Amino acid sequence: MESINRFWQYCTRYIDGFLLGAISLLMITGLIVLYSASGGNFSRVSSQFVNMLIAVFIMWSIANIPLQQLMRLALPLYFIGIILLIAVALFGEVQNGARRWLNIGITRIQPSELLKIAVPLMMAWYFEKTEIKLRLRDYAGGALILILPILLIARQPDLGTAILISASGFYVLYFAGLSWRVMGSLAVIAAAAIPLFWSLGMRDYQRKRVLTMLDPSQDALGAGYHIIQSNIAIGSGGITGKGWQNGTQSQLDFLPEQSTDFIFAVFSEEFGLIGNSLLLLLYLIIIGRCIYITANAPTQFTRLVAGSITLTFFTYVFVNMGMVSGILPVVGVPLPLISYGGTSLVTMLLGFGILMSIQTHPKLVKT
Amino acid sequence: MNQVIELRNHLLELRHFHIRLAVAAIFVTLLFLVLFSRFFYLQVLRSDHFTTLAEANRITILPLVPNRGLIYDRHGEILAQNLTTYVLEIVPDKIRDLDLVIDELSKLIEITPVDRRRFEKLRKENTRFKNLPIRTHLSDVEVARFAANRYRFPGMEINARLLRHYPHAELVSHVIGYIGRISDKDLELLESNNALENYRGSSHIGRIGIEQSYEKELHGITGFEQVETDVAGRSVRTLSRILPIAGSDLILSLDLKLQQAAERAFGEYRGALIAMDPNTGEILAFVSKPGFDPNLFVDGIDHINWKLLNESIDKPLNNRALRGVYPPGSTYKPFMALAALELGKRSPDYAINDPGFFSLPGSKHRFRDWRAGGHGRVNLHKSLVVSCDTYYYMLANDLGINAIHNFMGQFGFGKKTEIDIPGEIVGLSPSPEWKMKRFKQNWFPGDTISIGIGQGYNLATPLQLTFATMILANNGHAFRPHFVRQIHDSKTGRLYENMIKQLYPLNLKNENLMRVRNALVDVTRPGGTAARAGANASYTFAGKTGTSQVINIKQGERYVASKINERHRDHAMFIAYAPAEAPKIVVTVLVENGGSGGSTAAPIARKVFDYYLLGQMPEPLQSDSVNNRRD
Repeated sequence: MESINRFWQYCTRYIDGFLLGAISLLMITGLIVLYSASGGNFSRVSSQFVNMLIAVFIMWSIANIPLQQLMRLALPLYFIGIILLIAVALFGEVQNGARRWLNIGITRIQPSELLKIAVPLMMAWYFEKTEIKLRLRDYAGGALILILPILLIARQPDLGTAILISASGFYVLYFAGLSWRVMGSLAVIAAAAIPLFWSLGMRDYQRKRVLTMLDPSQDALGAGYHIIQSNIAIGSGGITGKGWQNGTQSQLDFLPEQSTDFIFAVFSEEFGLIGNSLLLLLYLIIIGRCIYITANAPTQFTRLVAGSITLTFFTYVFVNMGMVSGILPVVGVPLPLISYGGTSLVTMLLGFGILMSIQTHPKLVKT
Repeated sequence: MNQVIELRNHLLELRHFHIRLAVAAIFVTLLFLVLFSRFFYLQVLRSDHFTTLAEANRITILPLVPNRGLIYDRHGEILAQNLTTYVLEIVPDKIRDLDLVIDELSKLIEITPVDRRRFEKLRKENTRFKNLPIRTHLSDVEVARFAANRYRFPGMEINARLLRHYPHAELVSHVIGYIGRISDKDLELLESNNALENYRGSSHIGRIGIEQSYEKELHGITGFEQVETDVAGRSVRTLSRILPIAGSDLILSLDLKLQQAAERAFGEYRGALIAMDPNTGEILAFVSKPGFDPNLFVDGIDHINWKLLNESIDKPLNNRALRGVYPPGSTYKPFMALAALELGKRSPDYAINDPGFFSLPGSKHRFRDWRAGGHGRVNLHKSLVVSCDTYYYMLANDLGINAIHNFMGQFGFGKKTEIDIPGEIVGLSPSPEWKMKRFKQNWFPGDTISIGIGQGYNLATPLQLTFATMILANNGHAFRPHFVRQIHDSKTGRLYENMIKQLYPLNLKNENLMRVRNALVDVTRPGGTAARAGANASYTFAGKTGTSQVINIKQGERYVASKINERHRDHAMFIAYAPAEAPKIVVTVLVENGGSGGSTAAPIARKVFDYYLLGQMPEPLQSDSVNNRRD
């Protein structure tokens, strides 16, 4: 009995109980919604459960890695990621008009997923190295680390991932102390560049998505259909919702992608505004805990990594809910810990593993 | 020292970091509030709107089309029925290259050029329907063959449909009419009549004949079904259902066998024949030759068959009995004779000397009698038996046009008979007012003379002649001519009968009527113009022959049938009823280009009487009937 207890303590040494509790609550919610969204398909739920077990195991493993070793991982991870991205550009498999996958014999991988962790790690490593007295050119160096993978991903094309990685990189720059003035000017330049980007940088289908977001009825049977149907699902849920497995929009298949990107519409329809508020609260609690961990992070590197992971997680939530409820254009971003699919789950929990490692390993005092 | 500065920098940096983290936390909270307000907007403020949309998504109201009522003849013989048939339907919107797909399809299932042309026409005329038939009456083998290859033909499906079918095709085409697919024009009409709702789901509507005039009874009342559907439109379950009420069945007064007898009696002639029960106004037979196959129209006729029918010199689409207008010729004389007696212009014994022509005082123009040299002394009785023209020239002159016009109005000349199929034509009973309106000319005394023998401006349809004869035969009752005898209401199960309706009373003296009727009996006896047709009849029948000119014969020339183009020959006419003393049947015969009424038209009426009164069916025509159908 004693030994079991000790083994348990040994295992949970580096686990943040609070964070794990909140995450588990979300994942259980996810399984419940998934059961309804897949029309009572238990095999889908169990396969997602297996995904969760794998992801939790990976989280646990990462949480056990001490911080110095994490830092050492940054550089190789980043370069492996870049090499893989180049390999995708050269030998990648085309699916749905996009070259995103790489066949490595045993399985197919999507290297852009790796970069979601590697980019903030690499940038945090870079700023840790140049810790004191950051000049503008240091930020330029950081920006360069960011731009290379983004360009490679954007031309696959995978706008959603490119935006998320940009965000995670930008968050590192932000926490590293990029001056407000520079950010302000960047915002102005970005605003000015939108028309140029619109006409030159975007593909037709991407432009259409933005137009559709602005007025879904313009293309009610095409691209606007998804947004219209998900708005109907959310709106008809009302305050209390239609009840679990009683959403007509989802049960009769009017909702697109209802177990993956649009799963939030299923949740909304069946649990209403009350459910949505509780879900938002749960996400807010997780983000709050992450901010707490970030605030107590011991080194520049850990602070930057933790801050970036926290805000990236938030970005996922916001972009997905915003897209499903019709205030953001449709980009393929899953709802973290709820949407069906293993890859994003692993990436998410890998991030939380890093945060746990930061929180639970003995703080090093700067000497 | 250095260490202290670094430490202070470090603390300063940490402070900056914490400020940024706090800003980020505020940022996160704000954006979550944005999301919350969006949810609040959708789920509270706009909830009703989206609930309605979700319901509209999910619930579809499907019309349940009622079965169209059936049409029977008076003995229960079916004239219009609904057959279950397999129909191959195409959704044109779902197919990119229609021609190619149909080519491909025709390797599997026979698609005739007619099918193709008909389909093309349907596509042009119907924008409302998603699926249109390309082939009907598929055999079981064809159904199976298509089912096995279905995956190759997206946008096509085989459906079991009830298809209107007219088993007697040409025989009763001008009575029954046909139904056709509802066109955009029909929809506008239905909408203006507030009947559109009842036609949700209906594909066909009555076009002409009984099918059109009894559309309301035949169509029935559409039912509705509320079903829950998924995104593909498949119904998941039925929520509620109001069953349709089938259309009423119609039992006509028409006697199919009599119709057949009349058709056979005609032989190869074109023309019209109407048989009516003078005691009720019920139509017993209604022939317009040639007829057409109404089945061609049910799912849209292709343009080649349409052209064949429409441009044929025989005009099969023209309903001669209802819409053909002819000068009534000598069949007008019995009514003129009655007018003379009723208005006191002639006594029965008054006789004229007929020199073979009539001239107005001070005019050299001769109105010739059909018999050169005339009929000698002619009284009223003889004037009808030998059909003396001169007698009626003089009578017309004495009566004057206004008296003739007013008197003839009672017999339905120049008026609608109110028969229960649409499209009847009123003909023309001329008057000075009409002439002024039409030609801006005064009526001349000379105009009146030929009116007396049913020529001049006079025009009547065979139906109008039948109507007038009926009044003569039943001693002065103007019954509304009608086809429908009983309506079997499928909603209440009740049988509505007694469609007999007297339109207006006529006050005719019986003795005057009897004088005219006695003369008409002698028409069919030796010495009469229809003596040959009346020979050896075991019943008495009364009639009046008539000849209606197609072209004018110049003054001083003679009409020689053999010298005239067949299509310019006179139309032969005969009005008759039998048995003469208590008539059961009135018959009007019009034979286009048949020559004289006595030789062509009267024998046809005799054959009809023989069947109706004695049950003798005429032999069918041996030669092949005209085939106006083209594949």
